[in-house]
Amino acid sequence: MTDQFEPTIIGFTCNWCSYRASDLAGTARMKYAPNVRLIRLMCSGRLDPTFVLRALSDGADGVMITGCHPGECHYIEQNYKALRRYLLLKRVLAGMGIEPERVKLVWASAAEGAKFAAETTAFVEEVRKLGPLSWGKDESQDKHSSFIIQPSSEKEVPA
Amino acid sequence: MTERVGVYVCHCGSNIAGTVDVVDVANWAAEKLGRQGVIIAREYKFMCSSLGQELIEKDIKELGLTRVVVAACSPHLHEKTFRTAAKNAGLNPYLVELASIREQVSWVHSDKAVATAKAKAVVSGAVSRVIENRPLEEIKVPINPNTLVVGGGIAGIQSALEIANAGFHVYLVEREPSIGGHMAQFDKTFPTLDCSACILTPRMVEAGTHPNITLLTWSEVTNVAGYVGNFHVTIKKKARFINEELCTGCGICQEKCPKKVIDDVYEAGLGYRKAVYTPFAQAVPNFPVMDKENCTYFIKGTCKACEKFCPTGAIDFNQQDEMLHIDVGNIVLATGYDLFDARRVSNYGYGRLPNVFTSLEFERLSNAAGPTAGNIVLRDGKTVPKNVGIIHCVGSRDKNFNNYCSVICCMQGLKFAHLVHERTGATVYNFYIDMRTAYKAYDEFYQRVLEEGTLFVRGKVAEVTDAARNEREKGRLIIQVEDTLAGKQRRIPVDMVILSSGLQPRADAKEVGKLFGISCSMDGWFTEKHPKLDPVATMTEGIYIVGCAQGPKDIPSSVAQGAAASARVLDKILQKEVALEPIKASVDSALCSGCRICNGLCPFNAITFIEDDKVTEINPALCQGCGTCVAACPAGAISGTGFSNEQIIAQIDGLMMKNLEPVEA
Repeated sequence: MTDQFEPTIIGFTCNWCSYRASDLAGTARMKYAPNVRLIRLMCSGRLDPTFVLRALSDGADGVMITGCHPGECHYIEQNYKALRRYLLLKRVLAGMGIEPERVKLVWASAAEGAKFAAETTAFVEEVRKLGPLSWGKDESQDKHSSFIIQPSSEKEVPA
Repeated sequence: MTERVGVYVCHCGSNIAGTVDVVDVANWAAEKLGRQGVIIAREYKFMCSSLGQELIEKDIKELGLTRVVVAACSPHLHEKTFRTAAKNAGLNPYLVELASIREQVSWVHSDKAVATAKAKAVVSGAVSRVIENRPLEEIKVPINPNTLVVGGGIAGIQSALEIANAGFHVYLVEREPSIGGHMAQFDKTFPTLDCSACILTPRMVEAGTHPNITLLTWSEVTNVAGYVGNFHVTIKKKARFINEELCTGCGICQEKCPKKVIDDVYEAGLGYRKAVYTPFAQAVPNFPVMDKENCTYFIKGTCKACEKFCPTGAIDFNQQDEMLHIDVGNIVLATGYDLFDARRVSNYGYGRLPNVFTSLEFERLSNAAGPTAGNIVLRDGKTVPKNVGIIHCVGSRDKNFNNYCSVICCMQGLKFAHLVHERTGATVYNFYIDMRTAYKAYDEFYQRVLEEGTLFVRGKVAEVTDAARNEREKGRLIIQVEDTLAGKQRRIPVDMVILSSGLQPRADAKEVGKLFGISCSMDGWFTEKHPKLDPVATMTEGIYIVGCAQGPKDIPSSVAQGAAASARVLDKILQKEVALEPIKASVDSALCSGCRICNGLCPFNAITFIEDDKVTEINPALCQGCGTCVAACPAGAISGTGFSNEQIIAQIDGLMMKNLEPVEA
């Protein structure tokens, strides 16, 4: 093992497609990066964006959301709602000073174990490049503390 | 009350234990998750074995466990096993949680230290989550014993007959005037060369006269409400302009009707029918249908020849479309396929070069009851071809059109080759990419056609053209192809080209899927519940898919699927009631602000707004449990059982190890 940064990622999966894709990746013994921990939802539409914020504030460095391909949703069209929330969430994250790339939406059908594995590994590498998020940790170590505007009085100390 | 949690870590032989230090995981859980309520953590070689289950049952009884976490395989494999074990020991089955440390850990990671650490996190997440699980009860709903079968092709007919023969009532709905489907248009069936009509029509008659089958042809389903066991279906019975009570099917109206119309449905555009017609002689039911668009009376207000000659006075020009409402418990969809439109492959010249035929046109051409009485002739109606080219994979296995293999076209092409050879003695060329003759007696048929002297050229045809380069090609169709076995370009002049067109989903498959609450694959075929182990069920309970609606297939497979779906329907009917997963959303009316944000989100129409109370309500019978409304409610008034906010947030915290014993400062 090298000393490279190992991100922790929370993955939200749909019960019908991507969770089964992860099962398939397992059955087929496809190796992928061990950094993602999965949570099974009934549908990507169940994903309340605050779950993502919760995961990030708990210390996760990235969040992967997976759902059925457009047109293949088990609940007909709820993955489109997930897509809308995802796009909005990315803007909110940017507004909060968090790289929106820390959250990724992946479509993976139950047959796409290989895709699930490949996308997981790719996302881990992407988050690794972004570095630790360290959100909700000690402020002094938070690389995002630079986003906090310092009061002007501190800049110009009167002589 | 603090929960008493038991954690059970499975070795799964070496499947898990080979990569994850299971003893370490169990010890760690007992030590570090004690604050969460873990009072016991064990590891065992095979948790799913009866001894493993007994271990859990014993602990539930003796240690008074209130929650169980099994760290083993995917919940899709053994969730039911461990839920049943808990139930046997008197614990509500929904208080058991599976932590997938096999599919998600040991099988996909190789480093033991890393895998063990991840397994601990997964167990930690499951423990945190299970604390928030609430006892749930399966919802039991009674099953209406009637069944709706949509589509009267061979798959639908088979399905309807199986159920009807078992003694239960079936509504068989068909949008064309007669049942029979595509099979009724064929001449011979591969590989046995059975006459299609000879084997199909007895089944059609049986379905048409069966006391347990209500046949609704010239009808379409317009609305479906309800859920498994209790579907409410609206069917539009289109006006036939024939009184079915009085009509005897004598056919005099068809004989007397002066208006000839090109029949582009049944005769594939090669033959004519009248404005009042039955599509073919053996049609079931035998009542004709009046084609309002083409009937002289409807256009000009005069004629009524049919009415004048009808011996029973069955013609009724004032008949209106009728809306029927039926209640059924299960629905079988056998809506079939559309033939790929060969015009789209413009380089093959269909529609431009007269002697290029589609597979369906050739079926009619070779059919003894067809427009040429079974004589295989060119478009002029008399010339017998001397050379015939059959092109496989038209629109299939082609990135420009459909990527998939249409399954039947190779055998169909071979059948055509045999028929042409047998009836005309012509030289036949088959142009194929790969010859796919899987299944019983299919390859033997291929051998037979080879022995008959049919020529095979391996290569995808580039072009069919009438632009001759020499005397030999003049006035003929030239097939330009790369012969990939000989490794050279060839130009083969023929008189007739038959395009073995692929199958594709019905043009309205998406809308039909939406109507019945099921989804389509990327290609547009209806999606089955499991591609191998549950090929006729869908993700929507009580809706089954059979025949080509599910994907391209031949007649034997369609029949097998029709029967298979009936077995599933009968299973449901005989259980008299069905247990539904209690994963449902519900609204706390005290918290609901009546904002109606959730109202538009439900594709199952489970959400209704109560005007009087200005709050939203969710019908638990219609709710499928996706949770989209739960995630959307800004007031947090909607909660979802099985996947509540509390459960998911607890699992996030657990996975991130936020639930461990506090670190000593």
